[in-house]
Amino acid sequence: MASGWRGRDVISILDFTRGELEELFLEADKVKMALRRGGLQRRPLEGKLVALAFFEPSTRTRMSFEAAAKRLGAGTIGFTGPEGTSVEKGENLADTIRMLDAYADLIVIRHRYEGSALYAAEIAEAPVVNGGDGRQHHPTQAMIDLYTVREAHGRVEGLDYAVVGDLRYGRAAASFMLALTIFRPRRLYLVYPPQLAPRREVVSALERAGVRFERAELEEVIGEVDVLYVTRIQRERFPDPEEYERVRGSYRVTASMLEGARDSLVVLHPLPRVDEIDHSVDSTRHAWYFRQARNGVPVRMALLKLILGG
Amino acid sequence: MGGDEGLVVRKIRHGTVIDHIPAGRALRVLRLLGATLGGGRRIAIVINAESRKLGRKDIVKIEGLEPRVEDLDRIALVAPTATVNIVRDYRVVVKRKVEPPAEVRGILRCANPTCITRKPGEPVTPRFRLVSRDPLEYQCVYCGSILGEREIVEQLGGPAPL
Repeated sequence: MASGWRGRDVISILDFTRGELEELFLEADKVKMALRRGGLQRRPLEGKLVALAFFEPSTRTRMSFEAAAKRLGAGTIGFTGPEGTSVEKGENLADTIRMLDAYADLIVIRHRYEGSALYAAEIAEAPVVNGGDGRQHHPTQAMIDLYTVREAHGRVEGLDYAVVGDLRYGRAAASFMLALTIFRPRRLYLVYPPQLAPRREVVSALERAGVRFERAELEEVIGEVDVLYVTRIQRERFPDPEEYERVRGSYRVTASMLEGARDSLVVLHPLPRVDEIDHSVDSTRHAWYFRQARNGVPVRMALLKLILGG
Repeated sequence: MGGDEGLVVRKIRHGTVIDHIPAGRALRVLRLLGATLGGGRRIAIVINAESRKLGRKDIVKIEGLEPRVEDLDRIALVAPTATVNIVRDYRVVVKRKVEPPAEVRGILRCANPTCITRKPGEPVTPRFRLVSRDPLEYQCVYCGSILGEREIVEQLGGPAPL
């Protein structure tokens, strides 16, 4: 088992088959169980070093990778933001990656340019894990999201999904939609303002995979789905602030809206949220986003373990 | 091919005839063949010839050239309907439609300004994968953006259609 994972790059969720992702989830189950019992018996990645190259600011993703690496016994090196690094002196990405490749056994990269992770993987001999490349991919977030759906429903396929918010520039939303091409949803509703429609390549991927999807309004889908995946709509995407104020109310989930929801409904959000999920939702049985966030560490531990072979 | 379009261009003895080029794109085809043409060759270009299939078409005849398959397939980027005839001793010995290459390295530039291939100072060659033949669409391997036929033809420039 897991032979296909050893030394592997993680660039896009589409690089993985359903079988491989299920293998990852089983590993995450084991890790999670061990963590619940107070930690892993042994330190499978003792002596390994993970580089965290966060050219863009990040708290959650960087810290959960760091926690994951350390809990497995690996050390971490790295930086957040280009300040104080050689990048600020004008070093290109290729040279920075070569340097990290010489120091570490695995590189996690976040960078604002789309394709930066693939480019880094072509340069580095060490496996490269994409921690977010511009608006394009955030594959480990998608792994965590799918894992959480599986935990809530016992399966990922055959469910009714809605993805809400910024489907154009949001990489978590894009990766989640792409992930659904691997696990056949029964139905997929896309809820977005016209400016934030999913990108052409994401729509073609859904079409090619034969996913049944359609655009819908939030109010009308809440009672029709098992998973409501909510993302943030950023103010910066709207040139006109009034337009933003007008739009954002239609993409806001409140507890009272969930009254007509299926019992099985789980609300997910990659976090951080602003007010697209009202705090009144937090105390409902549908709120799964904090559990989703907690799955960040065990899923990333499972991933590092499979890739570095602990 | 050739012959009946009224504007007389002599048959060539040895060389290549590229026929069924969408009208106005002959110069773009030549530009795309660029370096493979070499200097001093005799080239005939017919623009806006009549065509039963296309209405209007362009034709390019290049004497003494037998291009490699990969150079020919590049033509498909600006002229997906083109056919290539290799002529020896006035006889067509090979005739085939161009095939859009499965992957294109260099040549095209990604349209997305925040694609890593557009970042200054990075030694990275743009790469595109064919995702659709009709309409012609290529996808950037790095950022996933899709380039359609119009954008491709515009990029591969050359003089505007006549």
